Amino acid sequence: MGSLVKPYGDTVNDGKVQMSFTLPIPWSEAADEAARRLVGKMGFTDVQIVEGRPIADGFSFFVAYAATPQAIDTSTISVTSAKTHAMSMDEIDELIRERVGRKVRIAGACIGTDAHTVGIDAILNMKGYKGDYGLERYRMFETFNLGSQVSVEEFVRFAKEKKIDALLASQVVTQKGSDVKNFTALAELLEAEGLRDEIVLCCGGPRVTNLMATELGYDAGFGRGTLPSEVAAFIATRMAQKIASAR
Amino acid sequence: MELRIDRGAVERCRELARAIAAPVSEFIAAHSTVSVERSVLRLLGVDGVSTEDVPVPNLIVDALSPEERARGAALAFGRGLAETGLEPQGLGEALARGELSLSAFARVPDEAARRVVEAFVERSLARIRARREERAEKLARLPQLPPPLLYVIVASGNIYEDRTAAVAAAEAGAQIVAVIRSTGQSLLDFVPFGPTTEGFGGTYATQANFKIVREALDAASERLGRYVMLTNYASGLCMPEIATMAAIERLDMLLNDSMYGILFRDINMKRTFVDQHFSRMLNAYSGIVINTGEDNYLTTADAVEQAPAVLASQFINEEFAHRAGMPDRQIGLGDAYEIDPDLEDGFLFQVAQAQLARQIFPDAPLKYMPPTKHMTGDIFKGHLIDALFNLTSVMTHQTIHLCGMLTEAIHTPFLGDRALSLENARYVMNTARHFGDEIAFKPEGKIEQRARGVLADAERLLGRVAERGLMQAIEAAVFADVSRPPDGGRGYDGVFPRAAGYWNPFEEALRTTRGSCGG
Repeated sequence: MGSLVKPYGDTVNDGKVQMSFTLPIPWSEAADEAARRLVGKMGFTDVQIVEGRPIADGFSFFVAYAATPQAIDTSTISVTSAKTHAMSMDEIDELIRERVGRKVRIAGACIGTDAHTVGIDAILNMKGYKGDYGLERYRMFETFNLGSQVSVEEFVRFAKEKKIDALLASQVVTQKGSDVKNFTALAELLEAEGLRDEIVLCCGGPRVTNLMATELGYDAGFGRGTLPSEVAAFIATRMAQKIASAR
Repeated sequence: MELRIDRGAVERCRELARAIAAPVSEFIAAHSTVSVERSVLRLLGVDGVSTEDVPVPNLIVDALSPEERARGAALAFGRGLAETGLEPQGLGEALARGELSLSAFARVPDEAARRVVEAFVERSLARIRARREERAEKLARLPQLPPPLLYVIVASGNIYEDRTAAVAAAEAGAQIVAVIRSTGQSLLDFVPFGPTTEGFGGTYATQANFKIVREALDAASERLGRYVMLTNYASGLCMPEIATMAAIERLDMLLNDSMYGILFRDINMKRTFVDQHFSRMLNAYSGIVINTGEDNYLTTADAVEQAPAVLASQFINEEFAHRAGMPDRQIGLGDAYEIDPDLEDGFLFQVAQAQLARQIFPDAPLKYMPPTKHMTGDIFKGHLIDALFNLTSVMTHQTIHLCGMLTEAIHTPFLGDRALSLENARYVMNTARHFGDEIAFKPEGKIEQRARGVLADAERLLGRVAERGLMQAIEAAVFADVSRPPDGGRGYDGVFPRAAGYWNPFEEALRTTRGSCGG
């Protein structure tokens, strides 16, 4: 039995939405009308342009209210995500303290020839990303940022030597499938070294999805816009599960 | 609206800042860096890249023997100029092509090298002075609107898109436009070359990119009848070089913090201290207002707890800037509106901190940064938080006001986001223009007590730093809970002691002109 829903303004199934946008045209009454018709072409009905004004030479800004005829059957939606646990830094530290009982050791690197550390730095560096602290700041993580152009062999050797609990492999460059090749090589080498089951293996990058990562044999994949705390929460939860199942 | 604060404590903080900076200054005077030497070459007129895209100044400095380098690139390069009779650019290109090598001119006497270099130094400084006079002329003819000066950023990655956005922002009321750099440029030990159309979270700072936006904003300034300022970012491994390019292309402001790179980018502290000093000497001469980065303390740690660190850092940045010859009117000390919106009376704390800085640094063009840390995808709440930030700024008379974006946590601003943000700021600042002049703080009230507490804690913090020494204090994680060792971090291999007879002709010239170049 499906459950069809529409946006709710003030009445069930009125389908009301608000939106705002900019058009690259000077403002005039004709611009308001252009905006109204554009919203209509998007498939909305009962379109009202409630505000239209110039915001720069050749640019106009509009606020619109309209109704959508579309509905969605929520029972058909299923999404897997590595970002299921919204937790704060303190909660994550507390979880590790209670359930793991020691610091979790994490190593991150841009593997292969990729020199773009922007992603791994955003996750690991103290400063973090979008106001969300990097993993270096967590009390219960010991982090190693190996930087860029780290070979898969070097990365695995480091993991072995330092008894790393979680590896974060980053790939920004995706030319000719180099990202998938490098990710695969890492997973395979860990497997060959007999380390795969001991390590929480994650990958990240602007083109990475959790689905792709799990298909490559990773525990999780983190794409564009991922916050450090999302990665932290995943690692902490997975470590807690590993400890629990080992007991 | 004045807080009653302990003026004696303010004086003691300044004395402590002097005590903190003095030993670092001794270190700075005895050292140079590859970036300082590259900027000397750039100032002489060397530019361009090799066929492998390596900047010519990097090629020349990297090719110097350690002994030559320790006496400064100017002497070695000057020998080549004297012997070949080439212009700096011509000699640079010949060296880049491998047709000439500076080691071939080793027997040219120092005196001959100095003579020929000095003529180019004068030419270079005259060029910078002309840019400075040009700014003064434009500011007189095209006056800015009263402060807080509304500052917005553009960051598309493509300099031509940035140009469109910069002009649109100016038309929507922006008085300062900053082109955000590509993520990680601060860690590059060279400056990219030419116009760029690809970047990560920003656009590369290159001299060509500076020029493109400067020209567009100059044209917009004429149309709008008010001068629109241009800003970029110097902090990082190439501070002096970016200061050089900014001087030549008449940027008006530069982000330039004495400790940001160390704490937040893991750049070696010795490298940073030497680089910030020479870059600030250049900023002082070119009339560029620096913006310091205290907002970073607040975004990486708890904003209520970090307030004393912000004030302490402001004192240290002020002292280092004074030591580089900067007048107060060019020292844009930073602060930010980053307290958790859920905290009761958080607004009062923000007002206390902003007003405290205003009273302690009355002549500094304070830079006030918007909320970022507690901004979420809820643009409606974000717009509201920004409104209170705008109110704090106008009532405490901040100077450089970085407009908050309702879409802060979502994407680099859309053109429409910037317009909404500017409207928010203009509305609040207009409706509350003289609010701060009409009210008084309750004696011993929450705001006054908070300000006094922050000042007292800042004095204690500076005392601890002075006792250990700045480098050791940074190692002991006194700032932002980050520990950085004096010999660790990026760029340390580019720091070297000056040998006897070291010569940086620009440092020499700028030191003698210090203070004689106002306005």
